[in-house]
Amino acid sequence: MEDSEHEHVIEVTDLRRVYGGGFEAVRGITFSVARAEIFALLGTNGAGKTSTVELLEGLAPPSGGRVRVLGHDPHRERAAVRPRTGVMLQEGGFPSELTVGETTRMWAGCTTEARPEAEALGLVGLGGKADVRVKQLSGGERRRLDLALALLGRPEVLFLDEPTTGLDAEGRRATWELVRALRDAGTTVLLTTHYLEEAEDLADRLAILHEGHIAATGTPAEVTAAQPSRISFRLPRGYFLGDLPPLGRLGVCGHETDGDVIRLRTRELQRTTTALLVWADAARVELHGLDVRSASLEEAFLGIARKQEVAR
Amino acid sequence: MNGPMDHIEAGVGAGAGTGSSLGRRLFVGGRGGGARVLVPSRRRLRALARAELMLLGRNRGAVLTALLVPLALPFTVRPAIDQIDLKGMGLSVGPLMLTAAIGYSFLFAVYTSLVSAYVARREELVLKRLRTGEPEDVEILTGTALPAVCLGLAQALLLAVGCAVLLDAGAPKAPYLTVLGLLLGLVLSAALAAFTSAFTRTAESAQVTALPLVFVSMVGSGIAVPTDVLPHRAAAVCELLPLSPAIRLVRAGWTGELSAYQALVAVATALAWTVVAVFAVRRWFRWEPRR
Repeated sequence: MEDSEHEHVIEVTDLRRVYGGGFEAVRGITFSVARAEIFALLGTNGAGKTSTVELLEGLAPPSGGRVRVLGHDPHRERAAVRPRTGVMLQEGGFPSELTVGETTRMWAGCTTEARPEAEALGLVGLGGKADVRVKQLSGGERRRLDLALALLGRPEVLFLDEPTTGLDAEGRRATWELVRALRDAGTTVLLTTHYLEEAEDLADRLAILHEGHIAATGTPAEVTAAQPSRISFRLPRGYFLGDLPPLGRLGVCGHETDGDVIRLRTRELQRTTTALLVWADAARVELHGLDVRSASLEEAFLGIARKQEVAR
Repeated sequence: MNGPMDHIEAGVGAGAGTGSSLGRRLFVGGRGGGARVLVPSRRRLRALARAELMLLGRNRGAVLTALLVPLALPFTVRPAIDQIDLKGMGLSVGPLMLTAAIGYSFLFAVYTSLVSAYVARREELVLKRLRTGEPEDVEILTGTALPAVCLGLAQALLLAVGCAVLLDAGAPKAPYLTVLGLLLGLVLSAALAAFTSAFTRTAESAQVTALPLVFVSMVGSGIAVPTDVLPHRAAAVCELLPLSPAIRLVRAGWTGELSAYQALVAVATALAWTVVAVFAVRRWFRWEPRR
C-alpha cells in the first residue's frame, strides 16, 4: 500500500493551452494528484478550469507542457487511459430523444467491464427513470445521469467538471456523499467547481485558478490559513475609529471604514475580539451589527481576485 | 415531485450508511486496471449504431424523406426521360429509373440525413461526450453512419428488385459492377456528409448546406438526367463529380455498357474522392459546437 500512497495518478507540468484565436486559457500550471485523493480546481468563470480538465481528459493536446494520467499521455495513448477513467463534462452530451435506459445501454456497450446498468443508475438515484426520455429530465437529473455514465466503467480516475451545478442543496449533498464514498473505495477524483463551500467540504487538496495561473494551492486549511480573519461593526453616533484603542495593540493588521461601518483584519482573531469587547464594555459602547468571522476559502478567493485587480 | 430526491437517498444515503456494501459496490480494481479485457471495437460500433438507429426511428421527418424521396422522385423525371430519344442513345427506361432511384437514395437516405445526424449529435455535445470514453473517432463516425448506410443499401436492393420486376428491366448483366457502385456510393455519401456537417451550424440548416451537392449530383452525375444527353465536353467533366462514378457503375452493371478499362477509371475516381473526403473529414470535422 505504501507506494500507492505516494503514487501520483495525475501529473501536470507547466501546462499551457492556447486556442485558435490566440487566447491563452491555461498559462503554465503545475500540480499533481495522488491516488484516492479528491482534488478541486476552483475558480471564477473563465479562470481556465474547463480548459485544463479537457486536457486531462485527453480531448485535446496541450499547447505546451505535459499531462500524465496513470502514467500515460491521455491524448496520444488514449487506449491505455480511457478504460480506466470516467468523465463528466460541464454539460451532458446525450441524445435528447433516447431514454435514460437506452442511453446507459449505449454507453455500457462502449465501456470495458461496465457495471450493470441498473446499478449505475441506482448509485445516482435514477433507478426509477430508465424509461424516461433524456429531454424530459430536469437539469439536476441530467447531471446525475452524466455521473452514472462516468461511473459505469468503475473508473480509477474520475474527472467531474462542475458536477453539482444545477442540483438543489439536497442533490448536491448526495453527490458529495457519493464522491466521498468513491474516494474511500480508492477512486482518484479531480473536480472543478465555483462553489467555495463545495471545495472546502469535499476536497482533500485544491488549487485556485485565476486567469490561467494557479494563484494558491494546498489543503483547504492551508489555503485559508494564509488569509486574515475579519471583524466588522458599526460605532454609535459620536464615536469614531480614533476612539478605539491603538489598532496595532489590538493585533489588527488592516482596516477600512465605510460610512459608520468599520472593518478590521487580524491574524489573531481571539485576542483582537477580546480586546475590542473589553474596550466596548468599559466604554459602554454598543457595537451594532457585530460580525466576527474566521478566515474562509471565500476570503482567500476574493483576496486573490482583488490582488490581481490591484496589480493591473 | 418528491421522486428524484428519494432515489438519491435510497441510492447514495442507504449505501453510504451501511458503509461496507457501498464500499464493495464502488470498489475499483486499483492498478489491476491494466489487465482488463478491453471491449472490442465491434461491440462499441454495435452499441453506437443501435442507439443511432433508435434515434433515426424517432425522427419521423428524416425517415419519411429517406424512404419516400427515392421512390417518388424518379417518377417525376419520367416525362423528361420520355422526351429523350432513348433508343437512339442505346438507353432504356428501366435502368434509367433505377439509377435515378438509387442516386436519390444516396442523396437523401444517406447524405442529407447524415448531415443532420452529425450536426444534431455535435450540437447536443454527444460527439464530445463520446470522445471522453473508449470509442475511437472513426468508430464514432462510423457508428453514427451505419443505420443510414444500411437503410440506403436495403433501399437500393429493394429498388433493384422492384425495377427488375415492375419495369421489365431484366436481370443485371454485370451485377458485381452494380454492387461495387452501390458500396462506393454509400461510403462516399457518408464521408461527404461528415465533411458537410463541418460547415453546418444546426440540424435544420442541413437542408440548405446539403443542397449544392444534391443539386450538382442530380444534374451532373446522371441521377435526374442521364449524362448521355449532355454535350460531350460537359459530360466528360461531369464524370469527375463525386457521385458520378458510383452512379455510372450501378447503371453499367445493368446494361453491361462499360469496358473493363472504363470500369477501372470509374472505381479509381470514386476511390480518389473517398480519400479526399476522408482527408477533409480528418482536417475539418468539428467534434463540438463553435463557442
